[in-house]
Amino acid sequence: MWNWEYAIMILPEILKALKITVSATFVAFVVALVVGLMLTLARRSNFKPLSLFAGGFVGFVRSTPLLVQLYFIFYVLPEYGLSLTPFVAGVIGLGLHYSTYLAEVYRGGIESIPPGQWEAAKALNFSTLNTWKKIILPQSIPPVIPVMGNYLITMFKETPILSAITLVEIMQTAKMLGSHSFRYLEAFTIVGVLFLVLSYSSSLMVRRLEVRLNLR
Amino acid sequence: MSVPLKLIYNEDPTKNTGSEARKNIVGPIVIYNNISKSYGDLQVLKNIDLEIAPGEKVALIGPSGSGKTTLARLLMTLEEPTSGTIEVEGEMLWHQRVNDKLIKANEKHLHQVRGNIGMVFQHFNLFPHMTILRNVMEAPRNVLGLSKEEAKERAVKMLAQVGLSSKIDAYPAQLSGGQKQRVAIARALVMRPKVMLFDEPTSALDPELVGEVLEVIKAIALEGEMAMLLITHEMDFAKDVADRILFFDQGRIIEQGPPKKIFNNPESERLQTFLSRFNRH
Repeated sequence: MWNWEYAIMILPEILKALKITVSATFVAFVVALVVGLMLTLARRSNFKPLSLFAGGFVGFVRSTPLLVQLYFIFYVLPEYGLSLTPFVAGVIGLGLHYSTYLAEVYRGGIESIPPGQWEAAKALNFSTLNTWKKIILPQSIPPVIPVMGNYLITMFKETPILSAITLVEIMQTAKMLGSHSFRYLEAFTIVGVLFLVLSYSSSLMVRRLEVRLNLR
Repeated sequence: MSVPLKLIYNEDPTKNTGSEARKNIVGPIVIYNNISKSYGDLQVLKNIDLEIAPGEKVALIGPSGSGKTTLARLLMTLEEPTSGTIEVEGEMLWHQRVNDKLIKANEKHLHQVRGNIGMVFQHFNLFPHMTILRNVMEAPRNVLGLSKEEAKERAVKMLAQVGLSSKIDAYPAQLSGGQKQRVAIARALVMRPKVMLFDEPTSALDPELVGEVLEVIKAIALEGEMAMLLITHEMDFAKDVADRILFFDQGRIIEQGPPKKIFNNPESERLQTFLSRFNRH
């Protein structure tokens, strides 16, 4: 049965692991944001090899399981001389995986820009770089921020998979606590509640952000 | 109505050398040479030959879908001609001459020649995420490479000339259609193009807002410096402003001449029919 004393005793250790989980989420999210944008731009490029590569990369990453990708990065790459810590391998794997989804989000935002904006930019003789920087991206990103926020939450809930490559995040910590004491109820319940509280409160924030952006 | 009639377009004294040099150029500033444009099977422009002199004001009239807008869009490099060449100030626009052979121009070449052209669109196409001031100063800053102060000074002056000094901190969504189009005109003018294209600048406006925009364009035309290509359905305006009227129908220039001749003695039957439709309104 539920033991409060035990639950309170293990709470600090779980919270410490939560820090790893949260920072892995954010670092992976930044990777996904940056790589996702690069993928979107590469796919729109007139330079065929680049757009084909980006399209192939997206197709490949999306059609293989995240777990396989993580194993590959963490266990196979060292055989070719590239050894990564569990944290680095984890954020790269998670980040690259979600970059393919964020690329779609960027694309949606970019395609919603009316052609007249591109034409005005050209008529004013803006360079390609400045057209993106000053005209297109500042208009296409704000409307998709809520969707990006939802991906952040999804990624957060996906982090327990990183325990598979030995990252001692919240789930791995709970498992270890359980195997020490043969008590699993408290540890896993705390983990579940923490995910619930953080995900749900974040989703409320995203919804509020959405309302605010719609008002603009 | 608070639009000043006198627009000081060329306030930069260093530009005088440029305009003097321009007088020495005998040739036209724009030449369309046997230009055709097709979309699939639909040919919207058929072997157009047209020359525009520096400072000349040319009005394009004709039924919708006659190819007027496409003619302007080819010059703004928004569309590529299917065949033929366009020259701006003696320089090929869509082509480059390499070893005596004409090849398709690269973006660098297009960028360089395009700088001579400015355009005002039917639907304004202002940048909604920028204030009015930034809409006007962003291109001088980023394209012409002016300092922030210079770009701002130029933009503020230009906005004053279209009568919108009080709106510089507003966003496009807060303006009326007529005000938006005046901002769009300022935004194009601030780049000091040698040729300005107006693509039905008042067609998207409520009738009561048409006047203020036409007045601004008229004032610019009186300055005389720039060549202008005006696509319009406002016949009185065309009569007032243009040196020459071109009547377009089905992708061809059917008739052209000074406004008096076009409106008082139209020769072709198609132009007569077209004008009679207008007079009935």
